Amino acid sequence: MKNVKVYGPGCARCATTEQMVKDAATRLGVEVTVEKITDAKSIAMAGVMSTPGISVDGKLVHTGGLPDAAKLEAWITT
Amino acid sequence: MTVQTHDPVPHRDTPDWAWYIGVPAMGAVLYLLYGQLIPISEWVTALFPVARDSHTGEAIAFFVYDVPKVLLLLTGIVFVTGVLRSWFSPEKTRAMLAGKNQIWGYPLASLLGVLTPFCSCSSVPLFIGFVSAGIPLGVTFSFLIAGPMVGPVGLGLLYGLVGWQIATIYLVFGFTIATVAGFVLGRMGLERYLQDWVRELNAGPVGDLPEERQTLVDRLKIGAEQVREIVGKIWIWVLVGIGIGALIHGYVPEEMMLRIMGGEAWWSVPAAVVVGVPMYTNAAGVIPIVEALLGKGAALGTTLAFMMSVIALSLPEMIILKQVLTGRLIAIFIGVVAGGILATGFLFNAIL
Repeated sequence: MKNVKVYGPGCARCATTEQMVKDAATRLGVEVTVEKITDAKSIAMAGVMSTPGISVDGKLVHTGGLPDAAKLEAWITT
Repeated sequence: MTVQTHDPVPHRDTPDWAWYIGVPAMGAVLYLLYGQLIPISEWVTALFPVARDSHTGEAIAFFVYDVPKVLLLLTGIVFVTGVLRSWFSPEKTRAMLAGKNQIWGYPLASLLGVLTPFCSCSSVPLFIGFVSAGIPLGVTFSFLIAGPMVGPVGLGLLYGLVGWQIATIYLVFGFTIATVAGFVLGRMGLERYLQDWVRELNAGPVGDLPEERQTLVDRLKIGAEQVREIVGKIWIWVLVGIGIGALIHGYVPEEMMLRIMGGEAWWSVPAAVVVGVPMYTNAAGVIPIVEALLGKGAALGTTLAFMMSVIALSLPEMIILKQVLTGRLIAIFIGVVAGGILATGFLFNAIL
């Protein structure tokens, strides 16, 4: 099971990103746990400077802006 | 319960060719529309049952001319900026600035502040990311000041509404203030006034993010997305700003403006800063007001000081930064930037 973290202080785009991850997982039938990281210190220490950021199993895959839907599917399946 | 596995939903995206044709076509339409604004706005103004040369008529004419003009300019600027900025990111900027302790780290930071996309909602992670990677505090401040102060939206609207001369003056002085204020703040050794937990952070692991490959169409999409998001969010500020500009244009007598914001009144510059700091709007909201003020004979230095303090020093931004800076550091920060703005204001009132 993959562990996905969504980094963001709570802006609208961060909430959308979290929902996109969940939707993509449901659509593909992949089991994931989605964690939302909102604390500024943890966000910065993960190496994220532009939010929202996404990490999969501890590896940062995306920062800044909404993720591309096709890329998102690739991140959570491979 | 069985988990149903769907095929990946086909992404029904606009084909690439539609972007290559659509963007220039849209640009041409907006450009043609922009050229017809005077006849269109005069025609709309004439629909109102008031004399064109009355106070109310002047105010209405200002409003119906400026609203489409600013919105058209804004759409174009935000789109072009969104596309250009897709080549930059805070991560790349940090890599460029890290270890640049030399004097030219400051102008470089100011320049990157203008080019790097970041929203104020992520200014705290960005600040921590910079400082923890060893970028000097002063250089970080240059970056944070330049971003809003010399933003492309402000410059583009100044160019369109007030003229290239003042847009150029604003660019040069905004850039200089960001650079010099960062340098001064850097020299003051303010690291001890960071919040404790920020000082204790050591250089975080610089995430080596694999760069996501972007095609030109991806970048055009970013531009379009930015237009939808930014214009969708700030149009109300634009209308309020133009409304205030229209009232000034229509009703404020010139003699009164000369007395309050004329070059003779030395105190008008600090007063403009004091009024400007708590005002929270953005460049797109304040420049129609600037246009009306200058049109009524307000002194350039005073007006520049007002505009700069509204755009560069905003209370909500300070409240966000309070998470990482102590109150004392915020006060010093405001003091240094306000000092630069005052100097600019006095300079222009003296030489013009």
